[in-house]
Amino acid sequence: MQGGMERTTGEKMVLNFGPQHPATHGTLRIVLELDGETILKATPHAGYLHTGFEKLGEHLDYNQYIVVTDRMNYLSPLSNNFGYVLAVEQLLGIEVPERCQYIRVLMAELSRLADHLLWLGTAALDLGAFSVFLYSFREREKLYSIFEKTTGARLTTSYTRVGGVFRDLYDGFENDARDFITNFPKALKETHTLLTRNRIWMDRTKGVGAISPEDAINYGLTGPNLRATGVAHDLRKAEPYSSYEKFQFDVPVGTNGDVYDRYLVRMEEMIQSCGIVRQALDNLPEGPFSLEDNKVMMPDKSDAYGHIEGLIHHFKIVMDGHGVQPPQGDHYCATESPNGELGFYIVSDGSGTGYRIRIRPPSFFHFQSLPHMLEGGMVSDTVAVLGSLNVIAGELDR
Amino acid sequence: MMNEEKEEITEETQPLVLEKLREKFSDALLDDAETQNGVSVVVNKENSYALLEYLKTELAYSFLVDVTAVDNSQLESELMQYDYARFMVVYQLYTFEGETSRIRVKVPVHEKDLKIQSVTELWKAANWLERETYDMFGIDFEGHPDLRRILMPDDFEGHPLRKDYPLQGRGERERFNFEKQNR
Repeated sequence: MQGGMERTTGEKMVLNFGPQHPATHGTLRIVLELDGETILKATPHAGYLHTGFEKLGEHLDYNQYIVVTDRMNYLSPLSNNFGYVLAVEQLLGIEVPERCQYIRVLMAELSRLADHLLWLGTAALDLGAFSVFLYSFREREKLYSIFEKTTGARLTTSYTRVGGVFRDLYDGFENDARDFITNFPKALKETHTLLTRNRIWMDRTKGVGAISPEDAINYGLTGPNLRATGVAHDLRKAEPYSSYEKFQFDVPVGTNGDVYDRYLVRMEEMIQSCGIVRQALDNLPEGPFSLEDNKVMMPDKSDAYGHIEGLIHHFKIVMDGHGVQPPQGDHYCATESPNGELGFYIVSDGSGTGYRIRIRPPSFFHFQSLPHMLEGGMVSDTVAVLGSLNVIAGELDR
Repeated sequence: MMNEEKEEITEETQPLVLEKLREKFSDALLDDAETQNGVSVVVNKENSYALLEYLKTELAYSFLVDVTAVDNSQLESELMQYDYARFMVVYQLYTFEGETSRIRVKVPVHEKDLKIQSVTELWKAANWLERETYDMFGIDFEGHPDLRRILMPDDFEGHPLRKDYPLQGRGERERFNFEKQNR
């Protein structure tokens, strides 16, 4: 317990934090019971952004549901698109061509960079480091223009399809991406010089909101928040999917599991992601960017307009009850999203619509563990800890 | 002789965890299968806690990935197989060691008796997961320290992920105070 007797007044005060607080990044709410400035009890409340995504999954067909996944973790929609279609493909028992796997890895890693950059900017902004916010948004903007050129949208990307992606990378993609990963490490160094050895930043983050590896596992933490405690667990290594076994990268881990370590782990992960992007660009295979099976993927537009066979395939995929129909059964598939393990548990009744689509969002577990990290600490640390966990209300409440 | 040999081969290729579970919970297991990334077992409600505890403490499945439920009321084959139990509570576990990293434990729950023992004693992560399952399906987790709604408002009636709950709701939007005031 921090704070000795001299800090306590003996009177409890209840402070409502959120859901409309600038530091809550969305609609998160915490009710804090304070004694002086010491937090006695913290109660997080979820549900302010509940949208019924799981219910929608029972009414939309497998390809229509991709647009819903955009809106879950709205900082890295491409990772959600990827995780979802991978689950459906595994349920169907199909594997996409190698080029498609590489394209998905490229987009997943770029969106990991974008997600971590936004996290970095806002977490630092919450603690008063305004320039870091500007620096990271400058870099993030470059990524978003790459996403925009590739998918046609900045946020609602819906890039993947069951069986592939909806279009190939654009012509200048390699140049743009190489340009980014060459300049990015230099730009990140600016942030390092601003924060990493900064006395104020270290005082605000070191030893704050710490959690032990055992507790982290017990609470179900995943991703950078788990790795900051020293557990070298990364699904890209543990259960490689989509050709991740062909890439070389390190899994950075922390030691104390505090806010500072979460910061360092994410900073290093960005550098590792750059390495993965470079390898993917170097070895990007030629060939089809999607499965060339018109029972699963939409045929080319010229084919649909020009040939009766293409038209029939188009019709079969678009019409209700004729599209992608996985066999009856269930499947759980997890991917390493920027925030941690993003899992999809899909139950199929053999029709074109999922019988049950369960999303296992990493933020749900991170937000739940918040009291463990806050209680006994100071009220000013709330913002630091909440910022460091990167809880995204969209995937928390679904 | 041939048959015996065949049996031996199948025994060997089966995941160790499945063998151990079959040995220890032979009466309680209703079904088991290998999946693409692990194994899946169906266990009766009376033994679900014991099985999950065994998995955690003895077989190192220390990570509770997910707790959720499925309303099987429109899935005839599942209903037939498990004595018309409407709900299936689904646990996903993960281990950092061993070959079979993922195991899915499914527990049939009848609509007339929605009680099932909570696993919050074993995993802190189960707290909110069980609250959500209660909120969405109405499964009553016995021994849960704080079984309240989590995503829906406290005064909400019904359980939205049940199959008999309509997609567009039961008029909650029309009854919402804010809309009335602005009419």
